[in-house]
Amino acid sequence: MKRTAAMKTDPTAEPIVRMEKLNKHFGQLHVLKDIDLTVAPGEVVVIIGASGSGKSTLIRCINGLEEFQQGHLDVDGKVLKPHGKASKTLQQIRTEVGMVFQQFNLFPHLSVLDNVTLAPRKVRHASRDEARQTAERLLERVGIADQAHKYPAQLSGGQQQRVALARALAMEPRLMLFDEPTSALDPEMIGEVLDAMRELARDGMTMVIVTHEMNFAREVADRVIYIHQGEIIEQGTPDEVFDNPQNERTQSFLSRVLTH
Amino acid sequence: MDITFQFDWQAAFASIPYLLKGIPYTLLISFGGLAIGFVIGIVFGLLRISPVFWLRWPAIAYIEIFRGTPVLVQVLFIFYGLPQLLGGPIDAVSAGIAAIAVNSGAYISEVVRGGVQSIERGQREAGLSLGLSQIKTFRYVIWPQAFRRMIPALGNQGIISIKDTSLFAVIGVGELVRQGQIYIATTFRALEVYLMVALLYLVITLTLSLALRMLERKGLVGQ
Repeated sequence: MKRTAAMKTDPTAEPIVRMEKLNKHFGQLHVLKDIDLTVAPGEVVVIIGASGSGKSTLIRCINGLEEFQQGHLDVDGKVLKPHGKASKTLQQIRTEVGMVFQQFNLFPHLSVLDNVTLAPRKVRHASRDEARQTAERLLERVGIADQAHKYPAQLSGGQQQRVALARALAMEPRLMLFDEPTSALDPEMIGEVLDAMRELARDGMTMVIVTHEMNFAREVADRVIYIHQGEIIEQGTPDEVFDNPQNERTQSFLSRVLTH
Repeated sequence: MDITFQFDWQAAFASIPYLLKGIPYTLLISFGGLAIGFVIGIVFGLLRISPVFWLRWPAIAYIEIFRGTPVLVQVLFIFYGLPQLLGGPIDAVSAGIAAIAVNSGAYISEVVRGGVQSIERGQREAGLSLGLSQIKTFRYVIWPQAFRRMIPALGNQGIISIKDTSLFAVIGVGELVRQGQIYIATTFRALEVYLMVALLYLVITLTLSLALRMLERKGLVGQ
């Protein structure tokens, strides 16, 4: 069963992410060029493109892990300014935006349970019991409830990434960002992480996903964006982008990644 | 030539009760100085990696000055030099503690910097992305991991500073070496007494080594 964006997203609702003419430079390198992107509540947007195309940088701008130099960006109604350094606004945005990283980035000195409860306790000031109950529910949901008292190094890559997902969800984010969540995993563990993400999408979470998993993109995405050398070259429904790409650079990229 | 020197075990053992009187001073100066040095090290180690030039620069100056000059010169400066500036005397124990503090503080600053910088960037990003403030990310995510990595280097500095206190005999602190010198002055048993002095240092430093090894092993859980 596949839903279209229209079925679950409300076009009249305020977008969660709004980027207008966003530009980012790393020194001489122009990494993002005039990016326009809006993400509606409930929408699942998948960003594809070659390594170094700027797709990770793009989603890292959304929660301020990268700063940008020109353009407009608002997230959940809060404006992030160009050259934005640490600020209260940025921190508020981050409490509403969860992120899952390629390298998991679990806290190795904390147990699985403490990884998941840290932010709710220290940011939302949840009580220990409250935080634990939420964590147990989330760990159950991603299928690792029985590992709660282990440390990250004792888990497989797939389990670690599912803990990372539970950790982000514990903050009850309005938007989830995924930065190549399966790229560091052994092939046999990719499925379990994608399953957890699939379920999240089914529950209506707004998601922006950078991935090389094209079958997964086709299946969960409401919209697919192809980015090339820092520019959005093409976007549309998965059917449009994968089956009938208009731009020749999209065609060439897809012919390279879809053949194997 | 007469080489019938006899090592006199009795003289060696007889010196011990006298030498033991120096140990409280050795320990007080070492650990008092190291405790202050640790606080200095945390503050200046963090200033050293601040992105703000005006915070970073004084920390670099402090580290270079106190790491680049001998601790003996530092203690002489504090004990004989500073009173001329301040107009009042400084007691020898305080001068010793101060010298160990500023000297170990410079080295510990570098240990702290190295420990904090060794933590992968992704840890900080994960903390921040969860909505933790910069300070909370440091306190709950970076510091506990950095501290664990710092333990071996801190142990090294502890042992070095304990041995450095032996130099403070020159300002008349009644620490281990000074007690030995006084005892030798009346007994002329230099070989026996300095051997006992050396052994007593070894007892202190080996105890510290052992304690650190246990602490490290405990810290391995979860790594």
